[in-house]
Amino acid sequence: MYRYDEFDRDFVSARVAEFADQVDRRLAGQITEDQFRPLRLMNGVYLQLHAYMLRVAIPYGTLNARQMRMLAHIARTYDKGYGHFTTRQNIQYNWPALSDMPAILADLASVEMHAIQTSGNCIRNVTADHFAGAAADEVADPRPYAEILRQWSSVHPEFSYLPRKFKIAVTGADRDRAAIQVHDIGLHLKKDGAGRLGFAVYVGGGQGRTPIIAKKIRDFLPEEHLLSYTTAIMRVYNLHGRRDNKYKARIKILVHETGTDEFARQVEAEWSSLKDGQLTLPAADIRAIEAYFAPPPLVARPEGDEALMLARLDSRSFSEWLDQNVVTHRNPDYAAVTISLKGIGDAPGDATDEQMDGVADLAERYAFDEIRVSHEQNLILPHVARADLEAVYDELVRIGLATANANLITDIIACPGLDYCALANARSIPVAQEISKRFAALDRQRDIGELKLKISGCINACGHHHVGHIGILGVEKKGAELYQITLGGSGDENTSIGEIIGRGFGPEEITDAIETIVETYLALRNAPTERFIDAYRRLGPQPFKEALYVGEVRAA
Amino acid sequence: MKVLTANRLIDGEAVWYSADGWRETLEGAEIAADKDGEARLEAIGAAAFAADQVLDVAIIDVALIDGAIVPTRLRERIRAAGPTNRNDLGKQARPHAVQAA
Repeated sequence: MYRYDEFDRDFVSARVAEFADQVDRRLAGQITEDQFRPLRLMNGVYLQLHAYMLRVAIPYGTLNARQMRMLAHIARTYDKGYGHFTTRQNIQYNWPALSDMPAILADLASVEMHAIQTSGNCIRNVTADHFAGAAADEVADPRPYAEILRQWSSVHPEFSYLPRKFKIAVTGADRDRAAIQVHDIGLHLKKDGAGRLGFAVYVGGGQGRTPIIAKKIRDFLPEEHLLSYTTAIMRVYNLHGRRDNKYKARIKILVHETGTDEFARQVEAEWSSLKDGQLTLPAADIRAIEAYFAPPPLVARPEGDEALMLARLDSRSFSEWLDQNVVTHRNPDYAAVTISLKGIGDAPGDATDEQMDGVADLAERYAFDEIRVSHEQNLILPHVARADLEAVYDELVRIGLATANANLITDIIACPGLDYCALANARSIPVAQEISKRFAALDRQRDIGELKLKISGCINACGHHHVGHIGILGVEKKGAELYQITLGGSGDENTSIGEIIGRGFGPEEITDAIETIVETYLALRNAPTERFIDAYRRLGPQPFKEALYVGEVRAA
Repeated sequence: MKVLTANRLIDGEAVWYSADGWRETLEGAEIAADKDGEARLEAIGAAAFAADQVLDVAIIDVALIDGAIVPTRLRERIRAAGPTNRNDLGKQARPHAVQAA
């Protein structure tokens, strides 16, 4: 993975010192909250309901054991023994004191981490496929390009005060595991007919109060033009993006109001003055960054097949975990492992300091020191020899992270919601917990099959409800929590925005409503292999409406 | 009825204003029963903000139920108690605190 060079180190150290001074001056009353707020936000420090919250960047979700141990150390030393992994492949701490922030940031810097650009109207952490470098279906590893974008966008003077925040996602496979079409810019790394690497460029996707699917404005952008073309997009947005209305300030609104063709024309016009200039990436530079992401030395481990066959016979629970949480690796002796942070009844994405330490140990012993955070709020060990899977599983059982539910109905994405978040209107975590408990039986979950259930506690959609096969949006109505259900959303290569199915449900009704939807699907699917999303696309909303609102649909 | 709440600058701890100053629990908060009382609390909040003691100052609606102060909005009940999914966190983890929901 990428290692800081001298410049990176000096820059992050200088930033820690600068923010430490700003915190000192704030605590001494030398600067006001109005002056300090933008400074703390630039360093990832929010104020939530109970305390400050620190959001730490995990670039494209990749980290090593040493970094994970530092995240555990911070949870233990400065927080309350846990952290929350987010849908942007970052981690949030919910209880740190402002006076501890300089020490926390110094600790992070010691392992090449920081919280810069995890807030504010700038280019945020660039996200990527969590199976990058391991996936069997990958054209090339997207992370070198994510790293190039990270370096280019870090405190970029022209793009630090955009109309609104800006999120870029990169995938290197046709199967989109990075939800690129609901990002401000989505990049699909691929090869053209001549075998050259480049990108399909999507612009103007996003969730929030106005969910819009990104528009493809270029089918193939050769890799050397990544920064010049991205700069052209950013310039058009920076110039024309609306600054008069926060709710209309994202690039998705600009693309929508301008029209895709006209927006693309403006980008191309801007690009014509940048193309082949100083932003052109020299091939040697791309290859040099790529070298940081070289695959680990995957020695032949052919004994895995037999070991797994025997282990399956020994343990049904191991066998189920293998079926659910382990996916094919580009090397047939290896596999990529999803460590579910969705234990039955647990808060989605939360991990204790001991669990983080445990995952770090596993990464060092069995996974070439690599860990990923997925946007679905799980952890990934991307390179594990199949022969070692049983040992990894046994250790995951010991630390309470062996839940075999990846991609199933209890693998729920949920934002922190009203239990923590100052913006939320309703709680998300307890809803996730109750649904998780209702569907706890693994046989039932596996019978239901792949089902992406996503919950947001407000319209900002941090819980990605718009692209959930089943989405739940919490709102406040007459002082009470109310949960709206959307169906048919999807955040993959066939992205769709879920449709609101009807009136909302109270907290005590929502789990029953989800069960009704699932039972309706089970009764109507044409085969056990027809996934919920496929059945919904075939059937449309009507049978689900009829099941949910018995006696109401016809009357309405 | 209203009480004055904020988060403490140095550590972000949710606090409420009482006759003894800012407290870490809602219990014992000073209640404003009329407009004059609210204006007084607002002035205290504004002064504490200006003095860099607290931030996110707000006057919130409460009711007295069996002698206990209970915020009207769930958001404020959660602030006063802690996350509803974990009773080992927040004020509810301390003795004598009630849960939010």
